[in-house]
Amino acid sequence: MASYVTKPIAPNQDKRWKLVDATIRRQGGQARGLIETLHTVQEAFGYLDEQALRYVAMSLRVPLSRAYGVATFYHFFTLKPAGEHTCVICMGTACYIKGAPQLLDAVQRDLGLAPGETTADKKVSLLTARCLGSCGLAPAVVYDQEVAGKVGPSALCEHLKKWTTQHDA
Amino acid sequence: MTPEELDQIAETEREQQSHFTQRVNVCVAAGCLSCESQSVKDALDKEVEKRGTKGHCQVKGVGCMGLCSEGPLVSTSNGVLYKKVEPGDGAAIIDSLEGSSVSRLVCPTDVPFFQRQRKIVLENSGVIDPDRIEDYIAANGYSALIKALTEMAPREVIDEVTKSGLRGRGGAGYPTGLKWSTVSKSVGTQKYVICNADEGDPGAFMDRSVLESDPHRVLEGMLIAGYAVGASEAYIYVRAEYPLAIKRLRNAIRQAERVGLLGSNICGTRFSFKVDVRLGAGAFVCGEETALIASVEGKRGTPRPRPPYPAMRGLFGEPTLINNVETFANIAPIIRNGGDWYAGIGTEKSKGTKVFALAGRVQNTGLVEVPMGISLREMVYDIGGGIPDGRTFKAVQTGGPSGGCLPTECLDMPVDYESLAKAGSIMGSGGMIVMDESSCMVDVAKYFMDFCMTESCGKCIPCRVGTYQMHRILTAIGNMTATEQDLKMLEELCDLLKHTSLCGLGQSAPNPVVSTLKSFAEEYRAHIQDKKCPAGVCGQPVGETV
Repeated sequence: MASYVTKPIAPNQDKRWKLVDATIRRQGGQARGLIETLHTVQEAFGYLDEQALRYVAMSLRVPLSRAYGVATFYHFFTLKPAGEHTCVICMGTACYIKGAPQLLDAVQRDLGLAPGETTADKKVSLLTARCLGSCGLAPAVVYDQEVAGKVGPSALCEHLKKWTTQHDA
Repeated sequence: MTPEELDQIAETEREQQSHFTQRVNVCVAAGCLSCESQSVKDALDKEVEKRGTKGHCQVKGVGCMGLCSEGPLVSTSNGVLYKKVEPGDGAAIIDSLEGSSVSRLVCPTDVPFFQRQRKIVLENSGVIDPDRIEDYIAANGYSALIKALTEMAPREVIDEVTKSGLRGRGGAGYPTGLKWSTVSKSVGTQKYVICNADEGDPGAFMDRSVLESDPHRVLEGMLIAGYAVGASEAYIYVRAEYPLAIKRLRNAIRQAERVGLLGSNICGTRFSFKVDVRLGAGAFVCGEETALIASVEGKRGTPRPRPPYPAMRGLFGEPTLINNVETFANIAPIIRNGGDWYAGIGTEKSKGTKVFALAGRVQNTGLVEVPMGISLREMVYDIGGGIPDGRTFKAVQTGGPSGGCLPTECLDMPVDYESLAKAGSIMGSGGMIVMDESSCMVDVAKYFMDFCMTESCGKCIPCRVGTYQMHRILTAIGNMTATEQDLKMLEELCDLLKHTSLCGLGQSAPNPVVSTLKSFAEEYRAHIQDKKCPAGVCGQPVGETV
């Protein structure tokens, strides 16, 4: 019986809000669609900021506290923008046994980057994952969207340095 | 869709496939894709195009072939498996279809890794194209559904599953037939089926592989379950971290809807069923059924006390059947071949086969399906090919953060639900991580405790505070600053968490500590008394485990 009394107005003219609205419609504007909607926002904008959370909460008519609670409960959602490139190091058991901690050390040493951080020039973000499910290829790393298997510390740092020295025209 | 129409699709597909006298299958599951199997497939396609043999030579993208560490894998119609294929090898492989095989790339298949397996869940993996429903139907797909809908009453379907002795493959091993029967007897206006594909155990990738390689098999299992328990709506809860599996699953649902295997009045019966995908968002606790339900409802994934069990009051307060991906994947063959056939495989109390993700310090890493009751030694040494680099076996970890580390003494133990539980571990969802002497057991216990600490949802105090305190003590042991008093406290906490936590996460969180304390007590002692780490791991500048 969820019909809009007043539909909130999108925060700005950005076309990506149309995608978000489409998901909200598909979920019938119901509170149960909260996680699905947040997924769409993150896919479209890369992260969830306050205005997005407010908009989603109003559209689905849930308290902002619940939207914020869900957004912070799940690891997959991020509240701050990532760098231009992201590198995800898998910390699953198989990767851990096969040297993922050494990979983290190497990045920390060579680039001064700890998990969850982004370089000062906003080029590279370093993240860790619980398990990518690529255990047969341990240790695994995801460069942007591509999974690479059996990665060594020096290869990893070289790859990341290439990103930081890249200057787009 | 009528049974005749399904036969027609199968017939047409088989007829089309019979035109191909030569076949090349390339693995396009996540493991091989990350070693560029897509470019291998493109190269093969181009080569066939160039030779103008497209009419009788087929290059097909298929699901996982199992030996992920040797990818990209390619198999041909003359029965040869090639490993570590590069795009440049395309011409040589196409040549080999009419000549002798490319010896430098051949991967022997007469080895225990392949010979000791028995494939039921994975029978279509690496054989069919996961993106085409026709290929699945030609491989007897959806015939079990038709059989259930047209020849069997819901009660008979449940009886068949009960007879098979199938137990939940998510880890706990609850009898599937009993669960189905409870849901079918529950009263509600709308019943639901949920497929748990939130494979959170670090070191397990069976469900991902099944979804990527044979998504229709899971849908068929869910359909049969829906018919048996009287549900008409279903959700598949998949980890958002598995983009490829999600893509193939969504594609499979669309295809099944198109041909009328999902939707209203399936096969002209009164049975209607719809399936929707729900994305997980990275919370390990959502593998627990009540937490998973909360998450599907769009809330934080926190568990609630049971009873009432989801079979009575689940999703939106209605009776809900929750099974794991692998459980659903077992259903179609059980209905097709009968429960007695399935019950003939495995041990007395653990029937059938189990898929394991074999990884860690072992020669052959990848996905294997073995009959229940196989010994750990066979898993590690025969199928796994032993420990590489001349090192020695130390332990095998099963069940992820809820399981334990099994030492050398346990190697001759059969792999089934009861034996693993007796040895202090659990079957779990099927992750099997082998460790050699370079792993420190205190460090491993700390790693898992760190995992449980971060993944604790915070609802109940024993888990929220207990995992933190246990992690603190384990860190102190690793830093060589712990005392005997700390060790005693650690043991007490193990007991406390096990008995007072709200859900499985907290109750089983001490398992890695308990099992290592039991089998590797001397390592703990070395850290505390001699201030030494025998494996040389602790005290070294090892990266923070986030």
